[in-house]
Amino acid sequence: MLSVPDLQRKSVQYRKDLLRLIKHAKAGHTGGDLSCLDILNVLYNRVLRVSPETFKSPDRDYYIQSKGHCAEALFVVLADRGFFPKSDLDTLNQYGSHYIGHPTRDVNGVEQNTGALGHGLAVGVGIALAGKIDRRDYRVFVLLGDGELAEGSNWEAAMTAAHYRLDNLVAIVDRNGLQITGSTEDVCQLAPLDQKFAAFGFEVRRCDGNDVTDLVRTLEEVPFRPGKPSLILAKTKKGKGVSFMENVAKWHHKVPSDDEYSQAMAELEAVEAALK
Amino acid sequence: MEPALANLEVFAATLLELARKDSDLLVVTSDSRGSAKLASFAKAAPGQIVEVGIAEQNLVGIAAGLAAAGKNVFAVSPACFLTARSLEQIKNDVCYSDRPVSVIGISAGVSYGALGTTHHSLHDFAVLRAVHNITIIAPADNFETREAIKAVANLPAPAYLRFGKKTMPHLPRALPGFELGKASLVRQGKDITFIACGETVAPVVAAADLLAADGIECRVISMHTIKPLDEATVLQAAAETRGVITVEEHSVNGGLGEACASLLLQSGAHPRFKIVGFPDDHTVTGSQSEIFPHYGIDGPGLAATAKKLMAV
Repeated sequence: MLSVPDLQRKSVQYRKDLLRLIKHAKAGHTGGDLSCLDILNVLYNRVLRVSPETFKSPDRDYYIQSKGHCAEALFVVLADRGFFPKSDLDTLNQYGSHYIGHPTRDVNGVEQNTGALGHGLAVGVGIALAGKIDRRDYRVFVLLGDGELAEGSNWEAAMTAAHYRLDNLVAIVDRNGLQITGSTEDVCQLAPLDQKFAAFGFEVRRCDGNDVTDLVRTLEEVPFRPGKPSLILAKTKKGKGVSFMENVAKWHHKVPSDDEYSQAMAELEAVEAALK
Repeated sequence: MEPALANLEVFAATLLELARKDSDLLVVTSDSRGSAKLASFAKAAPGQIVEVGIAEQNLVGIAAGLAAAGKNVFAVSPACFLTARSLEQIKNDVCYSDRPVSVIGISAGVSYGALGTTHHSLHDFAVLRAVHNITIIAPADNFETREAIKAVANLPAPAYLRFGKKTMPHLPRALPGFELGKASLVRQGKDITFIACGETVAPVVAAADLLAADGIECRVISMHTIKPLDEATVLQAAAETRGVITVEEHSVNGGLGEACASLLLQSGAHPRFKIVGFPDDHTVTGSQSEIFPHYGIDGPGLAATAKKLMAV
């Protein structure tokens, strides 16, 4: 379990690992990876009761990444946590590799194959419901993109989560406000998401999804209310951590040029030096 | 012999028997427990039924999650909705993610009759044949239904099973037993072969009786497992009889017939061959028992098809 200062350093390391990976693979959802990376950091290094040794245990915590297109962020964190050798990621997107642009169970540490949007929450509801039936105390964390909340299946699952009083379910919305076309609010208005999830029966908390201190504080409080599923509206920046990528929709799945890569790494190294 | 029931009723009774022996068995329904004859199951095993409301995508996603946590899950809903609205959940959450969910399509084909096309499932074999990692089953009678339910409950892989709600006669069997992926020989014969599945096997037997009166001996095969197809039985029929007719309560596109045609042609066999099913057209209105004869799926219609094929 990492301290907050260690988590802060880890977030910078993950950003560097991520950009190196995307640059090497020549593909990746750079913007969304960067927005959700702090959430993944805090989950895997502080909150989730799961490790490579306990990954098959029936009592482990589950993590489902519904926004599957940000697989690179998940792979970077899983590799760092020892689920597989970091060198495996050299094969990302290569012919015959298990490491593809979306999470699959062929990768150790991945719970569910995702990629099509609007699927993760219902699967998480099923796992959480099984936990209640079997009286196990594991928790289920589902990471949702904000853009994918236009998929109606999310709301079907949300209704069921509240109906079965699944307080072992924690949904986290990576609220970066951008999708491939532009602002989520211009594409098809999502706000007010807090009120919508509350109306669907979730206990809602807002937090800064790029601030590990706030993430730790919020995630360590779950469940927010007994008998209700928890929803964390994590305000994030798409492209977080690299000045010229932040809040710029075109970085949804853009790969940095050599110059952009050098500049991004220099920025991250400067932050890293300041944290030492 | 026990009284003939609808396959649906046999399904519900068999599931309750299995649930009593396996506390991890769960049934997930989408406001469909009444249609699925599962009301008595819900009363007898209230802790083993999960209701999700009228939300089929949710039904399959939750079923996949329950299976991920070790449950033996039956996801039950009308075949029409289950295999269209939640196709992506079947493809990704169940098949691609390798979750051993039994997807149960009730009131399949044109069982809902006059309720019309929204409630018909004449596409399910076609779409699921093209999805990897799912066994597709359409049992013909009560025996096959009971055995198929027991088989999928023990199958550590995804399965789709569909049946109707009409009382089905017990079918004769030339050979005993039931095995997924192995066709049932209903009747031995040397002149022409009918390969059918689900509720069309009964009218095929009626046709075989009519043809027998004219001295034509039909081989009748219940191909209860559409995928994986029992290829040896199909090829043997093509080699040993003078023609093959496939019959299904499904579109002629993409179902059992095309599976057999593909196998035969690619194996170098070129028997006289006919696919009987639903044409690529708006389905005629009426009850199931009116719709079947309209498309020649009854004793006289199938007998006529057989004679025409043999006369070619």
